[in-house]
Amino acid sequence: MYYAVTIATLVTMALALLRAVLGPSVYDRVLAVNMFGTKTVLLLSVIAFLYGRPDFLDLALAYALINFIGVLAVLEFFRSRSLRRSAERGGRP
Amino acid sequence: MATLLDTLSWVLLTVGGISVLVGGIGALRMPDLYTRMHAASVTDSLGAILVLTGIMLQAGWSLATIKLVAILLFLLLTSPTSSNALASAALLAGTRPFAETRQEQEARK
Repeated sequence: MYYAVTIATLVTMALALLRAVLGPSVYDRVLAVNMFGTKTVLLLSVIAFLYGRPDFLDLALAYALINFIGVLAVLEFFRSRSLRRSAERGGRP
Repeated sequence: MATLLDTLSWVLLTVGGISVLVGGIGALRMPDLYTRMHAASVTDSLGAILVLTGIMLQAGWSLATIKLVAILLFLLLTSPTSSNALASAALLAGTRPFAETRQEQEARK
Protein backbone atom coordinates (compact mmCIF):
# COMPACT_ATOMS: atom_id res chain seq x y z
CA MET A 1 0.00 0.00 0.00
CA TYR A 2 2.95 2.33 0.64
CA TYR A 3 4.03 1.65 -2.94
CA ALA A 4 0.74 3.00 -4.35
CA VAL A 5 1.06 6.25 -2.38
CA THR A 6 4.73 6.56 -3.36
CA ILE A 7 3.91 6.12 -7.05
CA ALA A 8 0.99 8.59 -6.86
CA THR A 9 3.23 11.16 -5.16
CA LEU A 10 6.00 10.65 -7.71
CA VAL A 11 3.55 11.07 -10.62
CA THR A 12 2.19 14.26 -9.01
CA MET A 13 5.74 15.57 -8.59
CA ALA A 14 6.35 14.93 -12.29
CA LEU A 15 3.13 16.80 -13.18
CA ALA A 16 4.17 19.72 -10.93
CA LEU A 17 7.57 19.84 -12.63
CA LEU A 18 5.83 19.87 -16.01
CA ARG A 19 3.69 22.81 -14.85
CA ALA A 20 6.84 24.58 -13.61
CA VAL A 21 8.43 24.15 -17.04
CA LEU A 22 5.28 25.09 -18.99
CA GLY A 23 3.94 27.77 -16.62
CA PRO A 24 3.31 31.01 -18.48
CA SER A 25 3.91 33.39 -15.57
CA VAL A 26 6.37 33.49 -12.69
CA TYR A 27 3.54 32.78 -10.24
CA ASP A 28 2.61 29.51 -11.94
CA ARG A 29 6.20 28.39 -11.48
CA VAL A 30 6.21 29.44 -7.81
CA LEU A 31 2.94 27.54 -7.30
CA ALA A 32 4.40 24.44 -8.92
CA VAL A 33 7.59 24.63 -6.85
CA ASN A 34 5.54 25.05 -3.67
CA MET A 35 3.44 22.00 -4.58
CA PHE A 36 6.61 20.05 -5.39
CA GLY A 37 8.00 20.86 -1.95
CA THR A 38 4.85 19.71 -0.15
CA LYS A 39 4.87 16.50 -2.17
CA THR A 40 8.53 15.98 -1.22
CA VAL A 41 7.56 16.15 2.47
CA LEU A 42 4.82 13.57 1.90
CA LEU A 43 7.16 11.35 -0.12
CA LEU A 44 9.84 11.44 2.57
CA SER A 45 7.28 10.52 5.24
CA VAL A 46 5.97 7.59 3.20
CA ILE A 47 9.48 6.37 2.33
CA ALA A 48 10.42 6.45 6.02
CA PHE A 49 7.75 3.80 6.64
CA LEU A 50 8.26 1.97 3.34
CA TYR A 51 11.87 1.21 4.27
CA GLY A 52 11.20 1.10 8.03
CA ARG A 53 13.59 3.96 8.83
CA PRO A 54 11.81 6.61 10.95
CA ASP A 55 14.91 8.87 10.81
CA PHE A 56 13.63 10.16 7.48
CA LEU A 57 10.86 12.01 9.32
CA ASP A 58 13.42 14.51 10.62
CA LEU A 59 14.43 15.20 7.03
CA ALA A 60 10.76 15.72 6.11
CA LEU A 61 10.30 18.20 8.97
CA ALA A 62 13.43 20.14 8.00
CA TYR A 63 12.35 20.16 4.34
CA ALA A 64 8.92 21.54 5.24
CA LEU A 65 10.54 24.43 7.12
CA ILE A 66 12.99 25.22 4.31
CA ASN A 67 10.27 25.02 1.65
CA PHE A 68 7.97 27.47 3.45
CA ILE A 69 10.71 30.04 4.07
CA GLY A 70 11.97 29.72 0.49
CA VAL A 71 8.55 30.25 -1.10
CA LEU A 72 7.83 33.28 1.08
CA ALA A 73 11.23 34.80 0.28
CA VAL A 74 10.76 34.33 -3.49
CA LEU A 75 7.24 35.81 -3.35
CA GLU A 76 8.40 38.82 -1.35
CA PHE A 77 11.13 39.38 -3.92
CA PHE A 78 8.71 39.35 -6.85
CA ARG A 79 6.14 41.44 -4.99
CA SER A 80 8.62 44.18 -4.15
CA ARG A 81 9.95 44.04 -7.72
CA SER A 82 6.49 44.58 -9.21
CA LEU A 83 5.80 47.40 -6.72
CA ARG A 84 9.10 49.03 -7.63
CA ARG A 85 8.40 48.78 -11.35
CA SER A 86 4.92 50.28 -11.06
CA ALA A 87 6.33 53.07 -8.89
CA GLU A 88 8.91 53.78 -11.57
CA ARG A 89 6.17 53.98 -14.20
CA GLY A 90 4.33 56.38 -11.92
CA GLY A 91 1.16 54.28 -12.03
CA ARG A 92 -0.87 52.97 -9.18
CA PRO A 93 0.35 49.58 -7.90
CA MET B 1 -8.48 -4.28 16.52
CA ALA B 2 -5.20 -4.45 14.62
CA THR B 3 -7.04 -5.53 11.46
CA LEU B 4 -9.46 -2.65 11.85
CA LEU B 5 -6.62 -0.15 12.21
CA ASP B 6 -4.81 -1.66 9.22
CA THR B 7 -7.90 -1.47 7.04
CA LEU B 8 -8.62 2.09 8.12
CA SER B 9 -5.07 3.21 7.43
CA TRP B 10 -5.09 1.50 4.00
CA VAL B 11 -8.32 3.27 3.12
CA LEU B 12 -6.88 6.60 4.25
CA LEU B 13 -3.65 6.04 2.32
CA THR B 14 -5.53 5.06 -0.85
CA VAL B 15 -7.90 8.03 -0.74
CA GLY B 16 -4.95 10.29 0.07
CA GLY B 17 -2.97 9.00 -2.89
CA ILE B 18 -5.96 9.49 -5.18
CA SER B 19 -6.53 13.06 -3.98
CA VAL B 20 -2.84 13.88 -4.38
CA LEU B 21 -2.95 12.56 -7.95
CA VAL B 22 -6.20 14.42 -8.77
CA GLY B 23 -4.74 17.68 -7.47
CA GLY B 24 -1.62 17.19 -9.59
CA ILE B 25 -3.67 16.59 -12.73
CA GLY B 26 -5.80 19.64 -11.90
CA ALA B 27 -2.73 21.84 -11.40
CA LEU B 28 -1.57 20.83 -14.86
CA ARG B 29 -4.89 21.11 -16.71
CA MET B 30 -6.73 24.08 -15.18
CA PRO B 31 -6.99 27.22 -17.34
CA ASP B 32 -5.51 30.01 -15.22
CA LEU B 33 -3.43 30.70 -12.12
CA TYR B 34 -6.22 30.95 -9.57
CA THR B 35 -7.94 27.72 -10.56
CA ARG B 36 -4.54 26.01 -10.61
CA MET B 37 -4.00 27.29 -7.09
CA HIS B 38 -7.35 25.80 -6.11
CA ALA B 39 -6.32 22.41 -7.47
CA ALA B 40 -2.91 22.54 -5.80
CA SER B 41 -4.43 23.36 -2.43
CA VAL B 42 -6.38 20.08 -2.60
CA THR B 43 -3.11 18.16 -2.61
CA ASP B 44 -1.60 20.44 0.02
CA SER B 45 -4.37 20.12 2.60
CA LEU B 46 -6.57 17.07 1.94
CA GLY B 47 -3.85 14.83 0.52
CA ALA B 48 -1.40 15.68 3.30
CA ILE B 49 -4.02 15.15 6.03
CA LEU B 50 -5.14 11.77 4.65
CA VAL B 51 -1.69 10.37 3.89
CA LEU B 52 -0.12 11.49 7.18
CA THR B 53 -3.09 10.23 9.21
CA GLY B 54 -2.86 6.88 7.41
CA ILE B 55 0.84 6.61 8.27
CA MET B 56 0.13 7.64 11.87
CA LEU B 57 -2.30 4.73 12.25
CA GLN B 58 0.45 2.39 11.04
CA ALA B 59 3.04 3.87 13.40
CA GLY B 60 1.07 3.43 16.60
CA TRP B 61 2.12 5.22 19.80
CA SER B 62 5.77 6.11 19.26
CA LEU B 63 8.12 9.01 18.62
CA ALA B 64 7.35 8.73 14.91
CA THR B 65 3.72 9.66 15.55
CA ILE B 66 4.77 12.82 17.38
CA LYS B 67 7.01 13.78 14.48
CA LEU B 68 4.17 13.08 12.02
CA VAL B 69 1.80 15.26 14.06
CA ALA B 70 4.41 18.04 14.00
CA ILE B 71 4.80 17.71 10.21
CA LEU B 72 1.02 17.74 9.73
CA LEU B 73 0.49 20.78 11.96
CA PHE B 74 3.29 22.61 10.21
CA LEU B 75 1.93 21.83 6.74
CA LEU B 76 -1.57 22.92 7.80
CA LEU B 77 -0.18 26.21 9.12
CA THR B 78 2.12 27.02 6.22
CA SER B 79 0.29 25.94 3.07
CA PRO B 80 -2.66 28.41 3.45
CA THR B 81 -0.13 31.14 4.32
CA SER B 82 1.91 30.58 1.19
CA SER B 83 -1.27 30.27 -0.93
CA ASN B 84 -2.46 33.62 0.42
CA ALA B 85 0.92 35.26 -0.22
CA LEU B 86 1.00 33.82 -3.76
CA ALA B 87 -2.52 35.00 -4.60
CA SER B 88 -1.98 38.49 -3.23
CA ALA B 89 1.36 38.84 -5.01
CA ALA B 90 -0.18 37.68 -8.32
CA LEU B 91 -3.17 40.01 -7.92
CA LEU B 92 -0.87 42.92 -7.09
CA ALA B 93 1.20 42.20 -10.18
CA GLY B 94 -1.95 42.48 -12.31
CA THR B 95 -2.88 38.84 -13.07
CA ARG B 96 -6.62 38.81 -13.77
CA PRO B 97 -8.84 35.77 -13.07
CA PHE B 98 -9.94 33.75 -16.08
CA ALA B 99 -13.67 34.26 -15.44
CA GLU B 100 -15.21 37.71 -15.30
CA THR B 101 -16.47 39.08 -12.02
CA ARG B 102 -20.02 40.41 -11.82
CA GLN B 103 -18.83 44.04 -11.88
CA GLU B 104 -16.91 43.40 -15.08
CA GLN B 105 -19.91 41.73 -16.69
CA GLU B 106 -22.09 44.70 -15.86
CA ALA B 107 -19.45 47.13 -17.05
CA ARG B 108 -19.26 45.29 -20.38
CA LYS B 109 -23.01 45.51 -20.98
